[in-house]
Amino acid sequence: MVDISTTIGSLRIKNPTMLASGIMDEDAGSMHRMIRSGAGAIVTKSIGLHAREGYPNPTVLELEYGLLNAMGLPNPGIDAYEDELQLLKKSRVPIIGSIYGATPDEFARLADTMQHCGAAAVELNVSCPHAKHYGMEVGCDTQLLYKIVTAVTEQVTIPVFVKISPNVTNIVEIASAAEQGNADAIVAINTVKAMKIDLETRQPILANKTGGYSGRAIKPIGVRCIYDLAQHIKLPLIGVGGITTGQDAVEYFMAGASAVQLGSAVYYRGPDVFRAVCTELKDWMSAHGYTNVSQLVGAALP
Amino acid sequence: MNIPIITPIQSTTLETKDVKTITFAHPAPVIPGQFYMIWIPGVDEIPMSVSRITLKTKAITFRDVGDATHQLFQLNAGSHIGIRGPYGNGFTIAGKHLLFVGGGTGIAMLAPAIEHARKQKVKTTVIIGVKTHQELFFEQHMKRTGATVYVTTDDGSYGEKGFASDLAATVLKKEHIDAVYTCGPELMMKTLHKLCKHIRFQASLERYMKCAMGLCGQCCVGDGLRVCVDGPIFDGTTLQKITDFGKYHRDAAGRKIMYK
Repeated sequence: MVDISTTIGSLRIKNPTMLASGIMDEDAGSMHRMIRSGAGAIVTKSIGLHAREGYPNPTVLELEYGLLNAMGLPNPGIDAYEDELQLLKKSRVPIIGSIYGATPDEFARLADTMQHCGAAAVELNVSCPHAKHYGMEVGCDTQLLYKIVTAVTEQVTIPVFVKISPNVTNIVEIASAAEQGNADAIVAINTVKAMKIDLETRQPILANKTGGYSGRAIKPIGVRCIYDLAQHIKLPLIGVGGITTGQDAVEYFMAGASAVQLGSAVYYRGPDVFRAVCTELKDWMSAHGYTNVSQLVGAALP
Repeated sequence: MNIPIITPIQSTTLETKDVKTITFAHPAPVIPGQFYMIWIPGVDEIPMSVSRITLKTKAITFRDVGDATHQLFQLNAGSHIGIRGPYGNGFTIAGKHLLFVGGGTGIAMLAPAIEHARKQKVKTTVIIGVKTHQELFFEQHMKRTGATVYVTTDDGSYGEKGFASDLAATVLKKEHIDAVYTCGPELMMKTLHKLCKHIRFQASLERYMKCAMGLCGQCCVGDGLRVCVDGPIFDGTTLQKITDFGKYHRDAAGRKIMYK
């Protein structure tokens, strides 16, 4: 009997496929659908203190080997989003509140509201590669990141996940700052900063010009990051980046991840991708004699 | 690859003082009710339902209402726009006598469905509802298909005075209609939906759209139905379950905006 439930610190989830932030998660109805589609946990859209419209279109492109997006952190603001979270209070799966801000105080206030609204954990977005003053801009400053994580962990009792960027020289240094701030888990990776130019008009297609690259193309980057982090960080790791099949999830587990997040895969395989990946994972595990996800975690590490 | 392809505008037609049709070369098959994402480089990219389908060309017809449509409105034959699509599900056209109800510019996207029905020799009744005579377009175009065409104006300046939904109620009482197809202001479609409890019903929904690829969730209605992929056409049974239908839509930030 294969058991694919997993734990991330104190958080237990019935299967290791979580919905990544930014996909089908701006309203309660969409998140309900992803729960019905079999996601083991839901990470919300990144929510800030105030409403934000995001960038004009085009915001998402499908390139040869992956997706390129610059949404620009659109969200209705934490006050309006509370209404959506209220509708999810009876949800069977954990809801993880993704939040973004510019200062430790902003993050702490947002985390506090997320906890109040029933979030099982918060995920700090310190890695969005295309929003001025937010995301990667705060997450690449280790001192600021330490202060943000400390402010949040002192404010709330629910687990604090920190989602970090691959667009740095030394990802371990960034994760260490989060670990010192008492984070409960590291989520890696956010998208890879990238661009697509239209030859006819000689201009970048995304309205924001640069965006974040995701999907299959970045899977090897994500796997390498998790592998590096697993050797230097004691915290549980959640792998994100190009996971589209059950075997992709196995690869991330072997690199050291205890759970995975799926985003672009919803485009490639539709909302039911969670159920499909879980089935593939179970099949792979039983064919290879594994009964528990924990047996796979870090199997490739030296 | 799913990116806008720069395409020259083949021709443009001014339908009214602020409604324009843009025709471009696009050989891909399109189902009536499907839409394109139209990129106006440097400005925005917006969803536009197809308003004319030929083997080699497609067209969009739109009103000059916002920043993006205003820029698009200025373009003429030879100008370039980015095209991607078609997207969405499209109408399912079936029945012996069909009723089409277009409110405002809604007739633009119903036109290919009406043409399709008439090509199959299906008896077709069309109601075009506009505020005033100056806003009317596609009346002759629809008559040429052989459909029975009625026009309503809010101010009585042409056709019947009143709302398209009122005339639809009269038609539904008099005639045996197998299916109703509609596009227009959501409150009008909601009224029609209530009239069609026992008649097959399909409505084209409009929501603020971003990715058009079923990912971002911006255009979701009800319990996670994506207007861009699962729609934009929804049938009566599905609409019954979409509690936001006729109540609210969401702005670019995802905030609820109530219909009034």
